[in-house]
Amino acid sequence: MLDLKRIPIAAWIGLILTTLFLIAAIFAPLIAPYGLGEIVGDVWAPMSSKFLLGTDNLGRDLLSRMIYGARTTIFIAVLATALSFSLGAILGFTAAVVGGWFDTSMSRFVDLLMAIPTLIFALVVLSVLPSTRVTLILVMGILDATRVYRLSRAVAVDINVMDFVEAAKLRGEGKGWIIFREILPNALSPLVSELGLRFIYAVLFLSALSFLGLGVQPPDADWGGMVKENKDGIVFGIPAALIPAAAIAALAISVNLVADWVLNRTTDLKGGRGNG
Amino acid sequence: MANPILKLIAQRIALGLLLLLAVSVLIFAGTQILPGDVAQSILGQSATPQALANLRQELGLNDPAYIRYFRWLGGVLTGDLGTALSSRQDIAHAIGGRLWNTLFLAFWAAIVSIPLAIILGLLAVRYRNGWIDKTISGLALASTSLPEFFVGYLLVYFFAVKWQIFPGISTVYDGMPFLERMKAIALPATALTLVVLAHMMRMTRAAILNVMQSAYIETAELKGLSPFEIIRKHAFPNAIAPIINVVMLNLAFLIVGVVVIEVIFVYPGMGQYLVDHVAKRDVPVVQAVGLIFAAVYIGLNIIADIAAIIANPRLRHPK
Amino acid sequence: MAKAPSDGSGPLLDIRNLRIEAKIYPPGEAPRTITLVHDVSLSLQKGKVLGLIGESGAGKSTIGLSSMAYGRGGVKITGGEIILNGRDIRKGGTQGIRALRGREVCYVAQSAAAAFNPAHRLMDQVVEASILHGVATRAEAEKRAVALFKKLSLPDPENIGQRFPHQVSGGQLQRVMTAMALCSEPDLIVFDEPTTALDVTTQIDVLAAIKEAIRDTGVAALYISHDLAVVAQVSDEIMVLRHGKLVEWGGTRQIIKEPRQEYTSALVSVHEIEHVEKKPGATPFLSVRNITAAYGGGKIKVLENVSVDILPGQTLAVVGESGSGKSTLARAITGLLPPEQGSITFAGRTLSNRLADRSRDDLRELQMIYQMADVAMNPRQTVGTIIGRPLEFYFGMGGTERDKRIAELLDKIEMGRAFADRYPAELSGGQKQRVCIARALAAKPRLIICDEVTSALDPLVANGILKLLLELQAEEGVAYLFITHDLATVKSIADSIAVMYRGEVVRYGPKSEVLKPPFDAYTDLLLSSVPEMEIGWLEKAIKGRRMESAGN
Repeated sequence: MLDLKRIPIAAWIGLILTTLFLIAAIFAPLIAPYGLGEIVGDVWAPMSSKFLLGTDNLGRDLLSRMIYGARTTIFIAVLATALSFSLGAILGFTAAVVGGWFDTSMSRFVDLLMAIPTLIFALVVLSVLPSTRVTLILVMGILDATRVYRLSRAVAVDINVMDFVEAAKLRGEGKGWIIFREILPNALSPLVSELGLRFIYAVLFLSALSFLGLGVQPPDADWGGMVKENKDGIVFGIPAALIPAAAIAALAISVNLVADWVLNRTTDLKGGRGNG
Repeated sequence: MANPILKLIAQRIALGLLLLLAVSVLIFAGTQILPGDVAQSILGQSATPQALANLRQELGLNDPAYIRYFRWLGGVLTGDLGTALSSRQDIAHAIGGRLWNTLFLAFWAAIVSIPLAIILGLLAVRYRNGWIDKTISGLALASTSLPEFFVGYLLVYFFAVKWQIFPGISTVYDGMPFLERMKAIALPATALTLVVLAHMMRMTRAAILNVMQSAYIETAELKGLSPFEIIRKHAFPNAIAPIINVVMLNLAFLIVGVVVIEVIFVYPGMGQYLVDHVAKRDVPVVQAVGLIFAAVYIGLNIIADIAAIIANPRLRHPK
Repeated sequence: MAKAPSDGSGPLLDIRNLRIEAKIYPPGEAPRTITLVHDVSLSLQKGKVLGLIGESGAGKSTIGLSSMAYGRGGVKITGGEIILNGRDIRKGGTQGIRALRGREVCYVAQSAAAAFNPAHRLMDQVVEASILHGVATRAEAEKRAVALFKKLSLPDPENIGQRFPHQVSGGQLQRVMTAMALCSEPDLIVFDEPTTALDVTTQIDVLAAIKEAIRDTGVAALYISHDLAVVAQVSDEIMVLRHGKLVEWGGTRQIIKEPRQEYTSALVSVHEIEHVEKKPGATPFLSVRNITAAYGGGKIKVLENVSVDILPGQTLAVVGESGSGKSTLARAITGLLPPEQGSITFAGRTLSNRLADRSRDDLRELQMIYQMADVAMNPRQTVGTIIGRPLEFYFGMGGTERDKRIAELLDKIEMGRAFADRYPAELSGGQKQRVCIARALAAKPRLIICDEVTSALDPLVANGILKLLLELQAEEGVAYLFITHDLATVKSIADSIAVMYRGEVVRYGPKSEVLKPPFDAYTDLLLSSVPEMEIGWLEKAIKGRRMESAGN
């Protein structure tokens, strides 16, 4: 169905980089030249054949930590996205199809959550909760579910009033058929693209929290936390902190390129063939 | 004539205040969700029973939650934000100068980014699908993917360390001369600008494009008006509300972006104050600062809605 | 304004070998250029009206706008000469083109509601071009505008200019737009379907106003429409276009009385389907009794005490203008909008008001076809799935049995069985509507509700659908509840007619009786407003009217 030649270059770059990051994350222990917490050289040693990216503020190999960091960052971001997505999409679709008090109360509650900037609310909650992985995933997932809820509800409401859905209701179809067979296939492409954007947001959000010292706690390493560890080097002209920061940017950009391509491929309801 | 408009605006403001009230409940509840004991969590496992009891007493933890909420709300409404647990200082007093610093920084970032975003957005529409437009949307895509600290430290690395033009740490103090203060905030303001610019530009472009594709623009073209006149007389009056909306939404982003930027540049503002006290688990400070951030955010959203109401001719001139 | 040497001999507008192309960007394919207009030539004398007629995609609007050297979106004039007042306007450059727009040529759009800027008062927009081109001072232009408002019989002509576009009705806005075009005293006005978006009783007023204004000011006009009967009322000559090519060009009388091309005759005779009314007699199987329905929790009454009957194998047509409640009646019968009072009996049993309470058999026997076939089918399902679903759902069919039945149904709607694997996006407008018909038939219903099923289609395609519906009725004995605003369609298909006006049935009975005088005031207005393919019909109709249309 998918013609490889028709994928634009930008999307190719995105796909390849994303795959590389994923491979690094999955096979981290096999790829990393040194251990995660292993002190192997001087503090902030420059890049060399021995330490491809140099060493960090304690003399650990930066490349190895980057690879392990990819694992932590991607793992938490994926789970948070999965949570926000399943929660948001299921509630959003249900609200659109069921309507009535369920829709009203859900929507008002989401409005309320969204009236507080996400980062601020996360900070408020993290001031009392311990910064464990589970807390981070829950907090990020639930707060971000509000965005997914808004989108999926809006998309589903649009589709729900279309004549073909009305035709299915007149036929006597149940809610299950209407949600999964009539609405979902038509809502898929905006949702898939949104999935990419939510993942990027989760990566950036987690990194920001870790950078502020409120995300992943040492001795674990994630990219945001590595920026924090190495930031003092900047004033001495040591760019170690910029490397994990650049990795975050590269991951986000490559996922963005893929999401952009998915969205552009089908921006409307016209298509039938080859763009599921 | 103006009555329905005033009514709508009053309604919107009332709704905003109600929302703020609900938000205060949520923020308060957000600091109570720990299943165990807040005092224990603040002091850690090694705390002595005496210290725990003292803290409980001080936080009023022996009262039910709703009483504590109303006590807190009453204090906020009368200007008493409570006392910081960590430093024993009056929170309202500590916030005063910091709030001003944050607004100063956000103000200058806004002064630069808003006109720049609107001009670039207009250029993108004028040369639609040309290289300017493509560059702009490419940059917008990139900038939504860049973490604030990447932008921030890149600026520090080059402008403060390599070329030593601006300070990498933004120290400000009372009675600092204006120009020195400007020099101190040059890098954080630039970073903030870069963080919101692309997004604001992209939204401005979409808003203007939406107006430019209306049938009445074609009517104006078919009257023989010049492109400039079309934009001035026909597009601008209709684009102003969506643009104000875009600007307000992005100011709200800016307010949030301030948190990370302040930490990067060690700038003594609200954001840094909040982050410090989250780490110290200083709940009263976190509640107060969180509420102030939320209030600013809601306020900007209200202004955006009011602008849209005022600019709508259907509401200004009802049937 | 440098005008041509007015020797009075040359035509006002002379288009030679006009070629117009557009670049299209199909999703996932390389952009390509398509030709919209193939070497069309036309000429127009001063003060004359040329009608441009054709179905969608005929290129008529594109040709009309070319007289102002304007192309919408990616449309470009790539060849030919457009000679206006003795000069080729394509050679005039941007300045030259801007100087003629709004001065020598003005434009009246299909939707005046969208074409007026919502932010400015009407007067400012009406006089804008006159002031811009230095035709008149502001005071003079406003005086002229008020005179034009009067001529176009707008209410309160002195003050209507002070209003904003949203404060004026659609029919009035269309007249204000005509005044706007006339205000700078141009030589030519392009009317682009100016009455298409209006209700039929409003259309006749606007049409008469436009015709009178053209006559009194002596302006020349290009009148674009898809409705030949409308064009025939205002034009001196008519040009028939199809797929961007010229089909036939001649005097109005010749085109409608003695068409030379087959395509033209098809357009002329499009409404002439012979349909013999079936005798009543048999007892009705669906009775709607005293239905009252409202939206918004009883606040907005849309149906008042409506009663109609449908006989087995016959067609009841429900006619009315927008807001008459005709579609609401369909929603009440299907249970989508439960009526507040009244009852519906179906095959001897009372139907539940609410959709959710009806049995599967009740649902099966009552099917529906929609106006917009595009959105009535799930774009992610194939034609086979769309038609097959009712078979599975109601009859539990599967496998080859279902596929066989799908093929039969596709044959019935005169489409091959190969279409089963296509997606809706790969079908033409007429084919889509046929698939919707097949989906309704698959349920073996006793009644199909047809809600404006031909309104969105080109006349010839619509004609094919009507013929198909009649054939299917003869074969399957299914009854139709046929909702439409178009009386010509009603005459072709109905056995009995209900005329609706503001939520009430004002006239109801067998077709022959409903269409026989004496009429009530509204039916008279409605009947007299349907354009007929007759020169001079407009004047006769206006003279004979007893009731003002709702648009005034």
